[in-house]
Amino acid sequence: MINLEISHLPHKSAACIEALKIVQQERGWVSDESIKLIADHLEISSEEVDSVATFYNLIFRKPVGRHVILLCDSISCWVVGYEKIRDHLKVKLGIDWGGTTEDDRFTLLPIPCLGTCDHAPAMMIDSDLHRDLSVEKIDEILKQYK
Amino acid sequence: MTHMMRADGQPLSIREYESKGGYQGLRKALKMAPGEVTQMVKDGGLQGRGGAGFSTGMKWSFVPMGQDAPKTKYLIVNGDEMEPGTFKDRLLLEGNPHQMLEGVIISAYAIQAPEGIIFLRWAYKTSASRLLTAIQEAEQAGYIGKNILGSGFDIKVMIHTSVGRYMCGEETGLLSALEGKRAMPRVKPPFPQTSGLFGKPSIVNNVETLCCVPHIVDKGPEWFRGLSNGDGGGTKLYGASGKVKTPGIYELPLGTPLRELLEEHAGGMLDGHEFRAALPGGASTDFLTTDHLDVKMDFRSVMECGSRLGTGTIIVLDHQTCPVGFVHNLEHFFAQESCGWCTPCREGLPWVERILKSIEEGEGQAGDLEILQEHTHGLGPGMTFCALAPGAMAPLQSALKYFREDFETHIKEKRCPYRAN
Repeated sequence: MINLEISHLPHKSAACIEALKIVQQERGWVSDESIKLIADHLEISSEEVDSVATFYNLIFRKPVGRHVILLCDSISCWVVGYEKIRDHLKVKLGIDWGGTTEDDRFTLLPIPCLGTCDHAPAMMIDSDLHRDLSVEKIDEILKQYK
Repeated sequence: MTHMMRADGQPLSIREYESKGGYQGLRKALKMAPGEVTQMVKDGGLQGRGGAGFSTGMKWSFVPMGQDAPKTKYLIVNGDEMEPGTFKDRLLLEGNPHQMLEGVIISAYAIQAPEGIIFLRWAYKTSASRLLTAIQEAEQAGYIGKNILGSGFDIKVMIHTSVGRYMCGEETGLLSALEGKRAMPRVKPPFPQTSGLFGKPSIVNNVETLCCVPHIVDKGPEWFRGLSNGDGGGTKLYGASGKVKTPGIYELPLGTPLRELLEEHAGGMLDGHEFRAALPGGASTDFLTTDHLDVKMDFRSVMECGSRLGTGTIIVLDHQTCPVGFVHNLEHFFAQESCGWCTPCREGLPWVERILKSIEEGEGQAGDLEILQEHTHGLGPGMTFCALAPGAMAPLQSALKYFREDFETHIKEKRCPYRAN
């Protein structure tokens, strides 16, 4: 798959972000070992690959749970009560930002604006968008993710 | 732009789009010289809808053309939409992906670019899958590919989904991201129009900008200008979020007054809430207050009252929401999203954020407001490498001007008066 991406591009190193995405898709996160393998494959240094990996907030350099909760912490959600949702999630899951539940089920992360401000507050779990959130709705939503 | 869309929110198929006049603009464009298409867009008064409001036709006209121009050029769609409070491009991408694709193909033809790249925000999963389907349909119909509609023009269109960071929405940061690097801004000149992606001439246009293009070519520049009620041509997708009755996106004539947008289309404030101010176009614009309700929401008019139209999606501040907390939320975002390249932005924004946090938490000190004020100059236009920090200072400087008493009360009473206890 990485080679397919390279074939569209004028030079190998330009596939760096795509390569990181592909590895994360397969493994869930990007380990030091994966960074080294990508670097060798693209003929650039590990440090360069790592500098790209750590720049983007959706490339995970630590293991994450089976489901990643991305809760919007931007302005429109804040105005309509994002803080209540945040506090509820933290208590319910027993974790802070960046934490993973002991059963590896959820990782909780803040995320800038999800572009659905007319239905704030909003969050994404994996690829699913959940909107018009309320504390009451959260419990039902979480049940969908095992 | 939204008139063709289905009420159920499902995307238009290629047949539905064609039956409503879709791809007619492309057919007309391919019979014209590329320069004529650019002139048409210039005459239509189309201004970049990403927030800068620069003439789109003018931007295209800087691309080298003719025999001696590089063969590889890029037409790039900025579909990053990461400005907090902005959600207009999502509607266009989800509701009618073919409209934007037609805009991409016409625009690529105008600058003679054989490649179109759609840079899409990772969160827009539905947009990505609908665009992919639309690209396949357009390929089958002969609108994308080699020698499209027998014109001799070749075009291929690809999608790149990002992995986050606000900087990807900055034109040159976006190019860096497409090259597989950190999304750092680049020094201008050289401008992307001459040396952009991989050093080749590149045009980066916003989704909404490109959605206007097929209509300008199909119905003509005068018709497009006539749609507007202010400076510049066309309609605009406005939006509203915050404590209003009907938050959403509304397509209205460019130059619709703020009052009409707020009271008629957004339905006014929720019961028990009162309008205090609004950011007219995303997090990086200055507040407009009750004194500005009659301003026409076009690029020039909003600038004349000390703000920017930006993306045209307003974020409303009501009387029960703390303006200090509001601005702290914004500065937290900007401090986090600074790419760290230049010192004032990297060091200044976290400082601003810490001060605002301490004021909001009742630990503000005498002199804090002076430090904040100083930053609005030190991180202002021309003091930093790109526009991120000046954008971050827009809501802060206007908040210090309009809500100074609130800041002072927080410091004097050592608490946020908007929070219970």
